[in-house]
Amino acid sequence: MRGKWNGPAEKALLVALAAVTILGCQSANDSRQSGSSGSIKIKGSDTMVNLCQSWAEQFMDENARVFVAITGGGSGTGIAAMINGTTDIAASSRAMKEEEMAAAQKNRVEPVEFKVSLDGLAVVVNPSNPVEKLSLDQLRDIFMGTVTNWKQVGGRNGSILVLSRESNSGTHVYFKEHVLRRGKEKGPEEFARSALLMPSSQAIADEVATNLNAIGYYGLGYVSDRQKAIAMAANPGEPGVLPSVETIQKGTYPISRPLFLYTRGEPAGVVKAFMDFVLGDEGQRIVLDLDFVPLAE
Amino acid sequence: MARLGDRIAEGLVFLAGGAAVLFVALILIFLLREGLPLVRYYSPIPFLTGAEWYPLSGVFGILPLVLGSLLVTAGAVAIALPLGLAVAIYLAEVAPAWIKDVLKPTIELLAGIPSVLLGFVGYAVVATVVKNVFGLPTGLTALTGSIMLAYMALPTIISIADDAIRAVPDDFRHASYALGATRWQTIRAVTVPAAASGILAAIMLGIGRAIGETMTVWMVTGNAAVIPTTILQPVRTMTATIAAEMGETARGSDHYAALFAVGIVLFVMTALINTGADLVLHRMKKKYE
Repeated sequence: MRGKWNGPAEKALLVALAAVTILGCQSANDSRQSGSSGSIKIKGSDTMVNLCQSWAEQFMDENARVFVAITGGGSGTGIAAMINGTTDIAASSRAMKEEEMAAAQKNRVEPVEFKVSLDGLAVVVNPSNPVEKLSLDQLRDIFMGTVTNWKQVGGRNGSILVLSRESNSGTHVYFKEHVLRRGKEKGPEEFARSALLMPSSQAIADEVATNLNAIGYYGLGYVSDRQKAIAMAANPGEPGVLPSVETIQKGTYPISRPLFLYTRGEPAGVVKAFMDFVLGDEGQRIVLDLDFVPLAE
Repeated sequence: MARLGDRIAEGLVFLAGGAAVLFVALILIFLLREGLPLVRYYSPIPFLTGAEWYPLSGVFGILPLVLGSLLVTAGAVAIALPLGLAVAIYLAEVAPAWIKDVLKPTIELLAGIPSVLLGFVGYAVVATVVKNVFGLPTGLTALTGSIMLAYMALPTIISIADDAIRAVPDDFRHASYALGATRWQTIRAVTVPAAASGILAAIMLGIGRAIGETMTVWMVTGNAAVIPTTILQPVRTMTATIAAEMGETARGSDHYAALFAVGIVLFVMTALINTGADLVLHRMKKKYE
């Protein structure tokens, strides 16, 4: 689902559709009283673009006089735009850094953080690979290139083909900081030089589906029966946990992250209405529809 | 009046030519302005000779990227050159007129296929074939990139080489036949050497197309920044690196400057190739005068 609408052309089409929808609604639904009017700009994480777009469409359907514009560009770009005042809400797949907080303070902006969804990264192999479970240590060793053969982790003899996303992807950065570096942002650990850097999550999914020795990672939404998710154990010897909505909500699956929206100061007016919508039942149902993981009750 | 018209035309042509020079100069200035600040973060020697490319950690060794680009391009030329030359000779010297009329436009149509589509073909079909034929861990290799780039460079090479061979005056061929040479001897010893400068230009343009191509190689070469030891392993090219990483870099950061510095290196390499071609052309012209 998440892979379906992520080309620039599709995004443009979505925006155009949204615009047509709202224009249409304005004439047809003027009788429908909506509480708010105005426009909201949201900018940031590419991971979250489709999610934000779906929220925006539903929200605009219900509030005829509100227009919500979404742009991607990356979490850092969104936060910078929020600090500069060129966007109302920043979408970010990581928490704001201290430098960014300092920059905001310098600009007299008080960003308010909202955790709006969870995202889990599945580690996938070919379905015929006998390996079912890995510990975080083993996973790190594989992606750093210190473990190079599947038999070293209980599989068949065969050299491991490591697949990663390109370094421009938030997913790449998240995996590096949380799996390779264990939360130490500036640690010395790096992906193996021999790791293939793939242009998209779909490219990783395709390669894993046809390659017996490949291993890769991506968001839950890309897992199909052509790949097999690996059960992850936080510590060696512990039972493995498969990625799912439940295990990510409970926090037992070790490779998951929160997704954030940041507002400029306490939200008010339409921005507040939008945030209430996102955190409400309907907003969280959209999260699930797009293969992200809703916040626990 | 005619003279005035001539003057205006001359002036316009001069302007157009001048504009081309100006644009190249402006591009170079822009590259230098954005790329040279890298020296503040990273010195040029490790930049050019370093074997590790970890841009997010501030490690910018472009040796694997340069070698990756060169390997993929060399492979592409090795495939495209003999094929392209053979087709050009066939078209210009051997093929009957009706085949020529079908083949040439078809080949030129190939040049218009968007590179992202060729990337899809390479990724879905050619990579699988390469993987199975050579028994490799993955089909996303330099060779796959070379095959796709050869395919892209072929129309250029064929079209220009064909024109060059056809431009050889018939007197040359007739003289050769009159001396008792066969058709093949004439092609090998007279026509092709006489068209050498045009053929060389075709090859250079083909190389230029190959080394600058981005989308296809990004999709099919695997993009692992390792120093390649064989053509059957994944490589990361300079163009794919710039395309893949420019989107998320902050303007003015070390990574941003490093990507522009990669652009400078690419620019210098293509300039060297072109200058080399010019020198060879010059020498050949002298030889045949």
